[in-house]
Amino acid sequence: MNEKQYDVVIIGGGPAGLAAGLSASQHGAKHILVVERDRELGGILQQCIHNGFGLHRFDTELTGPGYAERYINMVKANPSIDVLLDTMVVDLAPDKTVIVINSVDGMQKIIGKAIVLAMGCRERTRGAIRIPGTRPAGVLTAGAAQRMVNMEGYIPGQQVVIFGSGDIGLIMARRMTLEGAKVLAVFEIMPHSSGLTRNVVQCLEDYDIPLHLSHTVTAIHGTERITGITYAEVDENLRPIVGTDKYMDCDCLLLSVGLIPENELSRDIGLCMDPLTGGPVVNQERETSLPGFFAAGNVVHVHDLVDFVSEEGEIAGHFAARLAQGEKSLSAQIYSVVPGHGVRTVVPQKIKVLAGEQGAAKLYLRVTETQRKITLSVSSGGQTLLEKRFPVAKPGEMIVLDLQAAHLDKIVGDIIVEIKR
Amino acid sequence: MEQEKRAVRCIVCPLSCLGEVTIEKGEVVAIKNMTCRRGEDYAREEIVAPKRMLTTTVRITGGELPLLPVVSDRVLPKDKVMACARYLADIVVRAPIKEGDVVCADILGLGVNIVASRSLAAANPR
Repeated sequence: MNEKQYDVVIIGGGPAGLAAGLSASQHGAKHILVVERDRELGGILQQCIHNGFGLHRFDTELTGPGYAERYINMVKANPSIDVLLDTMVVDLAPDKTVIVINSVDGMQKIIGKAIVLAMGCRERTRGAIRIPGTRPAGVLTAGAAQRMVNMEGYIPGQQVVIFGSGDIGLIMARRMTLEGAKVLAVFEIMPHSSGLTRNVVQCLEDYDIPLHLSHTVTAIHGTERITGITYAEVDENLRPIVGTDKYMDCDCLLLSVGLIPENELSRDIGLCMDPLTGGPVVNQERETSLPGFFAAGNVVHVHDLVDFVSEEGEIAGHFAARLAQGEKSLSAQIYSVVPGHGVRTVVPQKIKVLAGEQGAAKLYLRVTETQRKITLSVSSGGQTLLEKRFPVAKPGEMIVLDLQAAHLDKIVGDIIVEIKR
Repeated sequence: MEQEKRAVRCIVCPLSCLGEVTIEKGEVVAIKNMTCRRGEDYAREEIVAPKRMLTTTVRITGGELPLLPVVSDRVLPKDKVMACARYLADIVVRAPIKEGDVVCADILGLGVNIVASRSLAAANPR
């Protein structure tokens, strides 16, 4: 088998992987490889043709492909970065051996000094939410439909029902409408939409598409092709209320019911996982529980802004490059970051406090429910490190807290992140 | 006096205020329940002349993909979005295309250009 050596091997050529590659190069790595399974770089951005990307990073509203192209151009212009397209990673070993396969080179063995996991996430499917009924064609995830409609030139249906009001579902309601299909309804099991208000207004209300909150799809009908669905109102425990079920004709059902970090490879090498985020446990350098393996982007936790995905990729690429160049890590204490009252998840889950000079660390967190006028507090050993007030906090919008070197110096035990009561 | 009240949900920031706009003879006379000035400006524009960006695709021949994503170079009137999308459904361009290339100039006479949102290379002949 053909064998190659690299300083940094990045698995995934989406926004996290591209930013990691560029950052690794800026921090001195000379031989960097990005492995991408699709026919081009850019990842899911290429199918997200709507605008609103890059406000933080480029100070302008770009489309998904526009945001991707800026990064792809930088990567292509960088002589230290090699790219393998149409290439799958078939095996990853704890000794940093990556086995890849494509139809041109066959199987190849790649040995990295550091690995960055940037595989992104995938959508929950019908199986994950167990909708009863038959198994006809025409039931697909919103993201799969997005790729068909925006990149491949197919319309998956003309009379469309959408289940789940996540942002991809809302965006697809508008896309299907602009392409001439009729979106009959969006059903959401929760009493509130899980998408951004902007998308509810501009993708549903603009086109008079009804949003039925506290409703679920209880059955799918049809033999060859979906012919309709049954839907029902749900009670406070999200269970269908007997007698409220109704039938609706449709030829397509799109599901927008959540995203899961894609971590088959991470599990293969036995990385310590966070059951709440669904991604590997990382420290502020985005190093996982296995030294030399870093992770960034939606593979770590599902983001809502690509700008933060790029930022995380830069962090991982930076520290992967330093490790690849043989930089010895200083002696350090590792502390756990613990989500407290009102906080659901925090990344990183570990903070490394060095014996010498500290860097800064950013905490990315999600709250458990929508609340107004809150104060978030970060404390350690009963001492408050940082407090910050927010006019509103929503589970769907990630919050970022900056810990400076001076804060890190004060850490003496677990770091608790919570909403002050 | 003929007064109409309309609810406008603000999208400027995550607060998502639900404003109430009072309209009299087609003019905004009062805006209530917005937390800030930006919300009031948004509500006024949503009532008087709502505008949206348009993102869609056009067909492309000889390219690596059958579709080219496109975007309006500025906002256009909300009530023209659908007409523009249907107009663009009949447009066909030829690869190669560079990001920012004008695919349709002054669409429907609105003074807005539709431009490519990505570059698309010509397909390699096999």
